[in-house]
Amino acid sequence: MAEAPTSEQIEKVITESLVTFGADPDAISRDAALEELDVDSLDLAELSQVIEEQFGVELSASDVAEIKTVGDAIDLVAERAK
Amino acid sequence: MTDVVVTGVGAVSPLGVGAAKLHERWVAGVCGIVDGEGRCSEFEPTEHFSVKEARRADRFTQLVLVATREALADAGWEDELPYPAEEVGTIIGTGIGGIGTIESNDRMLIEHGPKRVSPLAVPLMMGNAGAAAVSMHHGLKGPSYGVVSACAAGTHAIGSAMRAIQAGDATAIVAGGTEAALTELSRAAFVAVEALSEIGISRPFDGRRDGFVMGEGAAALVLENGETARARGARILAILRGYGATSDAFHITAPPANGEGAARAIIRALADAGVSPDELVYVNAHGTSTPINDAAETSALKTALGDAAKRIPISSTKSAIGHLLGAAGAVEAVATILALRARVIPPTLGLEQQDPELDLDYVPLVARALDVNGDRLLAISNSFGFGGHNAVLCLEAT
Repeated sequence: MAEAPTSEQIEKVITESLVTFGADPDAISRDAALEELDVDSLDLAELSQVIEEQFGVELSASDVAEIKTVGDAIDLVAERAK
Repeated sequence: MTDVVVTGVGAVSPLGVGAAKLHERWVAGVCGIVDGEGRCSEFEPTEHFSVKEARRADRFTQLVLVATREALADAGWEDELPYPAEEVGTIIGTGIGGIGTIESNDRMLIEHGPKRVSPLAVPLMMGNAGAAAVSMHHGLKGPSYGVVSACAAGTHAIGSAMRAIQAGDATAIVAGGTEAALTELSRAAFVAVEALSEIGISRPFDGRRDGFVMGEGAAALVLENGETARARGARILAILRGYGATSDAFHITAPPANGEGAARAIIRALADAGVSPDELVYVNAHGTSTPINDAAETSALKTALGDAAKRIPISSTKSAIGHLLGAAGAVEAVATILALRARVIPPTLGLEQQDPELDLDYVPLVARALDVNGDRLLAISNSFGFGGHNAVLCLEAT
């Protein structure tokens, strides 16, 4: 596989996905809680697909259940993509 | 047993967004069919939904959500339900459901493999998605489900809701039908079964009719227990007097030539209403513009209505908007109610050369004033679906 993605690359993909799902772009930050962005389990299932497709990282349902903030998602993908 | 009343209506159709546009434009002789299809070209999802709402709903669900919003506002329910939420149900018919979602996900499956099929595929394509969305958007916590009976689904949904209210399962129900099947697969499939007009013209009861024209759209009606509606001083648009439903048990896509199943449905609806054929002032026909339907329906009307069949004006909404499949019955019920209330008989458009074999009054081309002379504003609305499903409503406008 190619080089591990940078945190910035991961953040860009996740942010773009959340905007596609309908989250307010101005409200998205590392500290933003997914619940406050109105991101639900179906959005997270879609996000998992995008992450696998972009970075080759497969997230399990229990992985996803641990994600509470945008930063959690970025860090988890960065860790797994190493 | 209580009667069931209509206190709000809404529609999205090829004639525009809103029940009034459906009514006014049809009566004016406007045809919403363009290039052989009845598309809701004035419906723009971004005008009605947030990004999230829009992507969480197949077009068939979006259409009925907009129709429902209008119907609830029409009933004066936009801010607050007049009944406990647990007493308000949702029954929405569809012929096919989210076929656009099925097709786009099937393309992903074929082109990119199973891992690219969307987590939203199931919630968007399921035939009950319309009912689920209406109940969630408006917090309606009574019984909710979809009705699937092809081109009769909209009428079955209204009839089922009427029965549920009469049985005490709910005090009020948002009932309707919706369809958004102007897609490559369904178009090809209806062509394959030789149901569609090759020339793309909907002209029911005309000797040159050669099939139906596909359309899309939705309608919703707020139905209430008549006693509670009157007790709260509701404005009543119409009363659902009777409902009849039967099956042909004959052929998967064709009615028997004599339309006996359809005739029994009409007879049952009138008996349920306690109305004699002589009292009817209008028949909203199924009138698909297929050679076989219009002939079988004419036979059915003669069987069920006897001598009165010759006198009662009959017209087909499908001449103005095409065939909305599972939405048709609901849209046509709304169109019927608004026409009766306006004391007008809308026309059968495109009917220039009446089939000499079909000898009833199909109100060709031009609307007609309805001179009731104090008579009751009673009509029936017919719907018949592939599979031999027949459903008929008897409505009385106020």
